Order: sequence, then C-alpha cells, then structure tokens
Amino acid sequence: MSKWFFPASVACALMFAVSPILIANAPFESTMGLVQKISYYHMPSAWIFLIAAVVCGVASVRYLFGGGARHDRVAWAAAELVVLFGAMALVTGPLWARKAWGVWWQWDVRLTASLMGWMVAVAYILVRKYGGPGSDKLGAGLALFGMANVPFVYVSVNYWRTIHPKTTVVPTLPLSMGIPFWFSFAAFLLLFILLLRMRVRLEEQRAELDAVYLSLE
Amino acid sequence: MSFLRVSWLVFRKDLTVEVRSFEILATSIFFAVSAVLFFAVAFVQEGRALDGAAPGILWIAVAFAGTLALGRTFERERQAETLQALLLAPADRPAIYVGKLLGIVTLLVTTEVVLLPLIAYLFQAPLFARAGWLAAVLLAGTVGYCAVGTLFAAMLVRVRSRDVLLPVLLYPITIPVIIAGVRATSVLLEPELDVAMIRFWLSLMAAYDVVFITLALWSFEPLMTE
Amino acid sequence: MSDPSGAGELDTLVVEGLARHFGRRRAVSQVSFACRRGSIVGLLGPNGAGKSTLLAMLATLLRPTSGTIRYGSLATIAGGAGRTGATAADLRRRIGMLGHDLFLYPDLTARENLAFFAALYGAGDARRAAHRALERAALADRGDDPVSSFSRGMRQRVALERALIQDPPLLLLDEPFTGLDDRSVAALMRRLSGLREDGRILLVATHDLDLVEGLFDEAVFLRDGRVVELASQPRALRALYQGVMARGRS
Repeated sequence: MSKWFFPASVACALMFAVSPILIANAPFESTMGLVQKISYYHMPSAWIFLIAAVVCGVASVRYLFGGGARHDRVAWAAAELVVLFGAMALVTGPLWARKAWGVWWQWDVRLTASLMGWMVAVAYILVRKYGGPGSDKLGAGLALFGMANVPFVYVSVNYWRTIHPKTTVVPTLPLSMGIPFWFSFAAFLLLFILLLRMRVRLEEQRAELDAVYLSLE
Repeated sequence: MSFLRVSWLVFRKDLTVEVRSFEILATSIFFAVSAVLFFAVAFVQEGRALDGAAPGILWIAVAFAGTLALGRTFERERQAETLQALLLAPADRPAIYVGKLLGIVTLLVTTEVVLLPLIAYLFQAPLFARAGWLAAVLLAGTVGYCAVGTLFAAMLVRVRSRDVLLPVLLYPITIPVIIAGVRATSVLLEPELDVAMIRFWLSLMAAYDVVFITLALWSFEPLMTE
Repeated sequence: MSDPSGAGELDTLVVEGLARHFGRRRAVSQVSFACRRGSIVGLLGPNGAGKSTLLAMLATLLRPTSGTIRYGSLATIAGGAGRTGATAADLRRRIGMLGHDLFLYPDLTARENLAFFAALYGAGDARRAAHRALERAALADRGDDPVSSFSRGMRQRVALERALIQDPPLLLLDEPFTGLDDRSVAALMRRLSGLREDGRILLVATHDLDLVEGLFDEAVFLRDGRVVELASQPRALRALYQGVMARGRS
C-alpha cells in the first residue's frame, strides 16, 4: 500500500469524528430547523455517488475499447462504491423528505434517476458476482448503457414534476453553513478515494496471485 | 456481402425456424395473456376497471413476454452452438445483431396484436380509438426495449446463469422507454387528444431507439469477442 | 475443389508460444507447432487438455492471452497486439470449423441449413451450393428432412459440408469421430484424406486414438494445456500416446 494511505485514513477518520461537532454548531435553517442538518451528510454522499458512477462508466468504456484489465478493476471498485454511497444518499434523503414534503418518497426526477443509477450499479455487481467467466464484458456493457440511460431518465421523469431542492443553493450558503458542508464533502471525498484505492488494490493483488499461481506449475 | 443482406438472411432464418414450431410465439403469447388475466383478477372489481391501469398492464405484459422471447431466441442459438457458427462467418457482426433484433421485434409485435383487444375488453380501455398513434407508440417502444435486450441476451449466451441475469441487466436500462410507453399510451386514452404531448413522448422514444441501437452496433463487436 | 480459395496465401499455419488463461485456470499454455498444406495434424489429449480452446483461438473466436498464430502470409494474430494482415472477414472466410456441437439448426432441413450458411459466406447461388454440398454428403435424397430427424452419422456429414461450404484452405475439426459407428468413421476418414489431397491444412482434435491411427501425418500431444510431445511419425502413435498418458498419471 502506498505511503500516503495510512495517514490519509487517519485524517479521514478524524474528519468524520469532528464533523458532527461542526454540524451541531452550524445555525438552524429558518424553515426546516433541525431536519436540514441531515443535508450535511446527504448532499456529499449523493455527490460522491455521482462521481463514483462517472468513474465506473468511464473506466468501463475504456476497458471495452482496448484498455487493459486495470480499467476493469477500477470499474468494479467504483460500482461497489456507487452502491455504498448511493445507499447513504437514498436512506438520508427520505429521512429529510418525510419532514419536508410529508412523504418518504416522490417520483421526482432526481430521486427516480438516482434510484435507476443505483439499480444499474446493483445489477453490475450481481452480474460480476454470478456471471462467471465473461462477466467483465457484460459489466462493461451494462455500465456503458447505464450511462447513456441517464439523460433519458431525466427527460422522461422531468415531464412529471420536480420538487427536489436545486443544488444551486450551495454557493449561496452563508459561511456558517458552508464551512461544515464543504468540510463533510471533503471527508466523504477522501473516504471515497481511500475505499476506491483499497478495493482496486485488492483486485490487483488477486490478479498478481493468479499470475503467481499460473507461473508455479 | 452487404450489411442489410446479412441481416435479412439471419432474420429470414429465424422466422423459418419459428414458423416450423411456433414455440416462442405460442409460449410468449400464453405468458403475456396469463399476466393480463392476473391483473384483471386483481384490478377489475364489480365490472369496473381501475382508472388508468390499462397502459401499465399493457407495457408490463410486453416487457415480460419480451424477456421470455429474448431468452428463448438465444437459447435456440446456443443449443448446437450456432451462435458460434454465425460469429465464424465472414459477415459484419453488427449485421447479425440487426437480424436477430428484427426477428425479436416481429415476435413481440405479434404478441402485442393479440394482447391489445384483450386488454381493451377487460379494462374497458378505448385502445383502438387512435390506432395509428398507438401503433407508432408500440413500435417505437418495442424497438427500444428489444435493441437493449438483443445485445444483452446475445452476450449472456456464454454465461451460466443467463436466465436470471437477463432481467437484471435489461430492466434498469429500459425503464425510461417503458415509462415513455406507459405515458404515451395514457395520453392516447384521454378523451381529448393532446397532440403536443404524444409528439413529445414519441420523439423521446425515437431518440432512445436511435441512441441505443447506435450504441449496440458500436459495442457489439468488442462485447462479443472473448 | 482442387484449388481452395486463398490456398496460395495459406501454405502453413504456425503457432508460437500460444497461451490462454481464464482467471487462474490455464486452458492453453506455451503451445507451439506448425502445419503444412496437404497434411492432417492430430491434436491429441484427454478431455480438458485444452484442445477446444486451442481450436477456438485458431478459428478467431477466442483471443490468445499471449503468443502468436501465423496464417501463412495472410494474417497474424498476436496476443495483446491483435490481428495484422487480412481483415477479420477475409481471414474467417478461409477457416472452416466443425465444432464439438454441430453448428446446425435442428429445426431446419439439411438443405436450408447449408443454403443459409452458403449465403452467409457470400455464395452467389446459395441453392446450388447447398445442392452440391448435399451430394457430397451423399444425402441428396434426405435434403428436405429436418436435421433433427437425422442419425448422428448423417448429421456429422451435413455438419462437415457446412464447414466446407466456402471451400476453406484451413479446416478445424473438434472431436469429429465422437458417437459415430464404424462405417461412418471409415467414411469420414476417407473424406478427410480426400481433403488433404486437395492441399488443405486439417487440424483434428480427438481424445480417441483407437479410431484414427493412420490418419494423421503429424500429432501434437496436449495435456493440461501444454504440449507434451510432438510426433512426426504417423506410425507407432499408439505406443507414444500410451506412454504420454502413463507419464501423466504417475
């Protein structure tokens, strides 16, 4: 494991330990009150969910068109993180929505698109796990089509109704709320990078082990 | 060897095999009709159908029957490893994809023709009031659904658990086209036809068809080589 | 039939250091051998020795992990680097393959099967090509019966003609003798000898030496994906084979 990995892990753990204090000290939002505080975790996890999906899609396309096994390992690792961070976003979202909208779930465009993207990632993992030999190509194809799917989900659902708050509020946040927000975003991003690195490393070692095993005979 | 000629040969071959036994068509229709009857038992009470249920039921039946037809079509190519024989031929591989796609679309459209009067009767839905529009909506949706399905079913031929993995791969990707199909069909059942709305859904489905067929043609070769 | 298309460009088939891995399983490893036109090369070995994987790589169905396959001066496939020389279609047109499975549609008639593949290979008159193939298979009178109604021997004859429909200079056969009765084996061996006289390269994978002694000009013995013996003496194959198998067991 690279030299930076251990200190970075410690830093990440510390950041997550400190973040509740920062969030607790941030002022209450005028209309939502206490519930709004969940967005300090909800939004970063949702953003990382998106970043992971993009990483998975790009790596898959590169793998499909002549890239080496390295891209495939990144794609697999990223897909698992899509499921992880997506689950965080999809759990924290309804907790907030129950209070703000009065319902747990709405077939709003962002929610539907997120759920679809999350399902594609779950499908990716199912395929990789149960597909046997050749499932690397299947997964890459799924990721490719999953990416192409996003705009269609957006357009089709947008024709109903959108009530999800726009992310354009982020730059307008007062400093007292912006600092804890960006702090937790940094913590989530670091966590994502660490997990991705660790997961890719695991696959690399598995591949090395296979190579050693093959050369032994 | 031209692209379209290869597609035509594969399509005609599939049709000949199917006409000899009617196996896929008969089982798909039976399956779709059973699904519709289940829905009728669940959603029709005292002779009154649930409002707005018909479009959803139509498209769910189409999606399920489509999964069955896709699985069986490629099971046929697997039995004597004939898919390998197709891939060995000096023909454009995407042309083989197009041929298989045409065959599956034909099967599914035939199934829909049987389903429509049944759903129209059981759910008191005036499906035939705007038959031209409905035909366009069904065709656009079916092509999009099968475009994705044919590619994944072809890839799954060499995978062990292909029967369970086909829906796993297919459903998350085809949700927008099913949404568009359901919405468009609902628009057609309104007393007043909202032409702008139906145009929107149709063009969305057409765009989906174009994008996904292009992607499939582009990725079929790398996806099929092991 | 005396001048297979492209035979001039396909005098030899040379395999060097060919390997294919599936994860941790080494299906084929460091396989090297060469074949000349006008010869039948046997790929011998027990089930699971890597014969089918090797044939699939030679047929361009499977990419090698490493190593090279040289199709005369026509094309070269190198693991990692891919194909150089002729286009994939041109290369595939010169390879005929009879797989372990028949590569025939059981619900179609023999004539329909042959005509379909003839057309797919770009035959000008697919019906005529199918008719001639049926005559060669000595099945002209059964041509309009579905393949599923045929005996194993008849199916195998149709399958062989299907593989030869485009008159390829290279023919790959995977266990062609399995399940055939003595008469069919003898007929198939005569047919293969005839194809050798035409100046083709034939590769025949089999695990059953009893049936085919005397057919091979050369033999490659495979075990666990590796070449354990190369034999250019067609005689005494049996003793060699038994020796190879015994060595593997100990």
